[in-house]
Amino acid sequence: MSELTKKLDDEYKLSTFSQGVKDCIPTLFGYISIGIAAGIVGASSNLSVLEVALLSILVYAGAAQFIICALIVAGSPIYVIVFTTFIVNLRHLLLCMTLAPYFTKYSLWKNIGIGALVTDESFGVAANKIVQKETFNDRWMNGLNITAYIFWILSCVAGAIFGKWISNPEVLGLDFALTAMFLALLVLQLEHIDAGKLKFYLSLIGYVVVFMLIFSMFMPSYIAIILATIIVATIGVVKDK
Amino acid sequence: MSINMTILLIIVGCAIVTFIPRVIPFIVIRNIALPKVVVQWLSFIPVCIFTALIVDSFIIQDTAVLAIDWRVLTAIIPTLLIALWTKSLSATVLVGIVCMATVRFFV
Repeated sequence: MSELTKKLDDEYKLSTFSQGVKDCIPTLFGYISIGIAAGIVGASSNLSVLEVALLSILVYAGAAQFIICALIVAGSPIYVIVFTTFIVNLRHLLLCMTLAPYFTKYSLWKNIGIGALVTDESFGVAANKIVQKETFNDRWMNGLNITAYIFWILSCVAGAIFGKWISNPEVLGLDFALTAMFLALLVLQLEHIDAGKLKFYLSLIGYVVVFMLIFSMFMPSYIAIILATIIVATIGVVKDK
Repeated sequence: MSINMTILLIIVGCAIVTFIPRVIPFIVIRNIALPKVVVQWLSFIPVCIFTALIVDSFIIQDTAVLAIDWRVLTAIIPTLLIALWTKSLSATVLVGIVCMATVRFFV
């Protein structure tokens, strides 16, 4: 009985907004340090604080914001900047395709609200829930997404305002927060697959590394990321029979 | 506090093209049942994209030839060990930051 109560209690806790907020905490190091850096880069690209704020509110994508600033400084035409941003952020399509099947029972507007705030990090935390076969719902996802969103905007604005006085986050190793998080997420993914399939998954990881290194010689890394992922996921389907 | 018209146009344009790929799957997948093979394909996406993003972090593309950021790669090793040992997101991130700062301090 107590076991059942505990299980129900766990499920309840896992599906609250506040649990989503809590699960967001490990990713905040990444958001804050990269957000501040994005704000600094924005300000040094002659964007006003308001423009940096709008960029983080409306675009809300780390890598893209850096590239947009770089292209503005380079004096690129608007259509080049918009098209590059489209390509850089196209990987969200893969992330959202993976997450969307878990939210089909909710209303269209709720789905749009969840999709609009998906990032590499929030996807990572949700993918971790999926692989552990834990329950989660719309409230949890919103708690996760909205916490990240607020911290990102505040960090970007702080970077734009106080950038002159903040030392380079790279010196402190803070920019590595993101890589460390992806390492942990990768380990957590592998931990929850069938023991018999570990070798198979390790071979897929090997393929991704090789494809990334080869593709990065010929194309921007944001395209290499999408191509390597698509190709190796396909190899996975073909070899998994 | 000012907004340049061209900058505003860039921001709005970039916002639209970022919004679309994020939201389309959430609109489309509601109305169709995904074939089994697609579901299987999607199940490989997390492992592949996490690996790709990790590799991306130690690649330097600014130079003419592809270069490896050995300092990042050095920090990745202890961080990976901590991830394997603790299986904790927060612990890995904290130790990772310390490792990276240490490597940058000495190298």
